[in-house]
Amino acid sequence: MTAPVRKAGPAEETVSIQFRGGLYTLMRLKISNPRDQAFFTALMTKIAQAPDFFRHAPVVLDLQDLADAPPFNMAELIRRLRQHQLVPVAVANGTDEQNKSAINAGISILRGGGGGEAAVPRAAEISVLPTGEPREASAAAVPAAGQTLLVTQAVRSGQQIYARHSDIVVLASISAGAELLSDGHIHVYGTLRGRAHAGLKGNGAARIFCRSLEAELVSIAGFWRVREDMPDDLIGKPVQVFLKGEQVVIEPLP
Amino acid sequence: MGKVIVMTSGKGGVGKTTTSAAFSAGLASRGHKTVVIDFDVGLRNLDLIMGCERRVVFDFVHVINGDARLNQALIRDKRLEHLYILPTSQTRDKDALTREGVERVLTELREQFEYIICDSPAGIERGALMALYFADEAIIVTNPEVSSVRDSDRILGVLQSRSRRAEEGLDPVREHLLLSRYDPERVERGEMMKVDDVLEILAIPLLGVIPESRSVLKASNVGTPVILDPQSAAGDAYRDAVGRFLGESLPFRFMRPERRGLFQRFLRRSA
Repeated sequence: MTAPVRKAGPAEETVSIQFRGGLYTLMRLKISNPRDQAFFTALMTKIAQAPDFFRHAPVVLDLQDLADAPPFNMAELIRRLRQHQLVPVAVANGTDEQNKSAINAGISILRGGGGGEAAVPRAAEISVLPTGEPREASAAAVPAAGQTLLVTQAVRSGQQIYARHSDIVVLASISAGAELLSDGHIHVYGTLRGRAHAGLKGNGAARIFCRSLEAELVSIAGFWRVREDMPDDLIGKPVQVFLKGEQVVIEPLP
Repeated sequence: MGKVIVMTSGKGGVGKTTTSAAFSAGLASRGHKTVVIDFDVGLRNLDLIMGCERRVVFDFVHVINGDARLNQALIRDKRLEHLYILPTSQTRDKDALTREGVERVLTELREQFEYIICDSPAGIERGALMALYFADEAIIVTNPEVSSVRDSDRILGVLQSRSRRAEEGLDPVREHLLLSRYDPERVERGEMMKVDDVLEILAIPLLGVIPESRSVLKASNVGTPVILDPQSAAGDAYRDAVGRFLGESLPFRFMRPERRGLFQRFLRRSA
């Protein structure tokens, strides 16, 4: 399970404070009955199977099953989990009451994520494929870390290619109705007629480069621009697309 | 409470999307708040015919999946203030249309709109079934040829057995026949079925006869519903059909070949 976590960057010499978004994988621990001793016994057995894996592991407490449960002592639950060397960082799917006691106990609240209610996208935030995995070329679209996904054939209408954890380079054209998704940059050496989402998981530094811009939509880190809002003089031209603040900028390539 | 109207045919290429675009624009231009939904997931075209393909961000499938709110996905037409378009996804398939999801979206739309036009995909599979399931009225788009008429007959059977109104034993879906791509000259030469022959087989009330017209292809290519073309005979015929749908009694036009003098015949030959 992944959940966005905000992380403070190291203080710089200029005393500027930087908050940057980051995505980390967190384990969710389903709490079914916080008072049941059997739960802690079972937990201990589980941890004993892979003590290194669990030691000081940050965990999210999933309270979905406790929606109708009587109130319980959150601080006590956290203390007992810490005894098992787990580090509870947040609760998810809790009631208002439970969320309040989590805050009082010094941990945070995570909204969205799997299992809970679907997160409603903000006005300027696009969410693609949260349900179901992208199909078509997606099976091949998982290059090893540090590699780039290379596509040599035209991407046809209705096809979707997702470069997970990597950039994508396409040597052909992207048809209208096709979609490219990348956690990093997108390079298209043909004409980009479909949709392109770079920095899909929130990397605002990701860019889109194409030899000829005729895209239906471009988006960087969830901020988008549709064809109608693209400058006419750049249509059909080689361009790059990047994020400046919350503004999607399209510039001719030098 | 809005009315759900499905544009369906069974057969492909008969003019469902053209009719959906024309009809929704016709209703909206008469002041009725109308939305037109593309049910052809994976083969979307309505946005092109409506000329709003450059403004699509979210679509019907995003709303069904709860990834976007309805109002984020609705596109307001630039020509008609009462007209909205709900485009669909090109990268998903018909399995994205769940009955619960479609019902939720339609229920929400019924509160906001007078008319909800569902542009059905061809076929009698999931996409077409989802488009017609919640319908209150159905406009069967048929071409004057035997295969189209047979497919329309099939879809009428589906409407009468597998729609929500049929399943729940409510009043049946109101059916209307719209005969499109009608060419009176070819009918006269015996190359095309007559209106009466089609009516005899399908036995549902005739809403309109749309003449075969070059203006339809032109309208599709420029993204303007043909009903907005004041010079087009097809546009006139669609305007009449919308009028009849709203209860007006209008004579049928464009069912006989135009009378032409020798001079016009000569012009046509040389054209």
